[in-house]
Amino acid sequence: MLVRVTHWITTFCFIALLVSGFEIVISHPRFYWGETGNVSTPTLFKLPIPSSRSLVPTGYGYVLPDQNGWSRYLHFQAAWVVVLTGLLYVISSFFTGHLRQNLLPGGTDLSWRAFSTAMAKHLRFKRPSAPEAWSYNLLQRLSYLLVIFVLFPLVIWTGLAMSPAFVSAFPATVTLLGGRQSARTLHFFVSLALLLFVLVHVVMVFVAGFWSRMRAMITGRAGTDTDMEHT
Amino acid sequence: MSNISRRKLITTGMAAAAGLAGLGVAARVAKQHGLVPPDYGGIYGLGETLTYASHRLLTKQSLAQEFPRSLISKPPFANEITPLSDEFKRLQAGGFADWRLTVDGLVARPASFSLDQLRSYPSRSQITQLACEEGWSYIAEWIGVPLSHVLDVVGVLPQARYVVYFSFQPDWWDSIDIADASHPQTFLVYGMNGDALPIGNGGPLRMRVPRQLGYKSVKFITHLTITDNLKKFGKGLGSASADGGYAWYAGI
Repeated sequence: MLVRVTHWITTFCFIALLVSGFEIVISHPRFYWGETGNVSTPTLFKLPIPSSRSLVPTGYGYVLPDQNGWSRYLHFQAAWVVVLTGLLYVISSFFTGHLRQNLLPGGTDLSWRAFSTAMAKHLRFKRPSAPEAWSYNLLQRLSYLLVIFVLFPLVIWTGLAMSPAFVSAFPATVTLLGGRQSARTLHFFVSLALLLFVLVHVVMVFVAGFWSRMRAMITGRAGTDTDMEHT
Repeated sequence: MSNISRRKLITTGMAAAAGLAGLGVAARVAKQHGLVPPDYGGIYGLGETLTYASHRLLTKQSLAQEFPRSLISKPPFANEITPLSDEFKRLQAGGFADWRLTVDGLVARPASFSLDQLRSYPSRSQITQLACEEGWSYIAEWIGVPLSHVLDVVGVLPQARYVVYFSFQPDWWDSIDIADASHPQTFLVYGMNGDALPIGNGGPLRMRVPRQLGYKSVKFITHLTITDNLKKFGKGLGSASADGGYAWYAGI
């Protein structure tokens, strides 16, 4: 139940963060490394998109409308909700056994052989057998752990490192990353990694049978026997 | 309706009522301790209030990072400004000798300062980063008088809660709470990188609030009003930026 509720709250927050994050990025689609960066300094790379600010040289003859006001409000509101939801999920998964039973790979799975077997099965698009379909497989477990314990903390850290007030109290947040502009660039890449995970995740849901997986994630029931053939 | 669902309904209802009452108490306590921003209303009020309240608690004494001189951005960056009026150009032609900073509101001694008067106060400098909400940033040496010094000269009354500051440019004003106004790095800036503050960077006088994003550092400051209530300014959200849809608090 808690897994499902937190999943859907996270889904809505992710969409909000993605849309608002994109709106914020187009006001300055240039990236730098180090402490400072602006239109009169060299970039690390530029996104080949138009900007919502006339001062940014993009090569496009037009300027997009400024959407940063509500985008920034929404970005931080969604960040608060997803961080609190994520904390609830992580803390409760320690106590309910969700972490141990469903996320941490079992003892025998922790070998290169188990990993390569799972990888080979996955690459041959082998459908899981009925009992296997009831739990997360090794690759799922590893990618969920990566998202929950590596990518999420990283995206929060790099985000906080861009807050001038937060870093005044905790300067190491930004100095460890090599400066404010490095933090911004890293925040962009970690967000891309999360987006990649979500895209693969959604593709996998379609492969497994969209409606039966949706029903399972919404109602908590894995579905009828006929559905099991698809999963 | 079965007994179970009725019992469930009653307990859920009571939990919800208790939750709402708890929120109400929390809101009142937060308001008393100055943890609620003026733009707390609307659909983004929750996130905004959480950000402002947590920053007020976490960053009470903290100082914005200061950088070595070698990290000062070259060339000094100046963002676009809207064209300045003839009146401004007249003042500029006179070397800003007639520029005035008036201070009124909840003060014991309302006053009007010339730039020379401001320069006669203990001068301080800081090498801090100005970061724009758009994403770009630059580092400069900012020279000026701490706002707290000017506030001491006029004698701020104890009920004051905010300092509202107005630009020479029409419809450009902002405000900060007393915590930020009395912060040692909040400056009225008249110099940059060893020289007078260039017009492009807000000369002759600019507010500098280094623990918040660049848009709080309003250019061409002419007027300060100390107040206990932001409702009477603009739409009551605390700044021209907030009236335009941007967050009043820009520590993030």
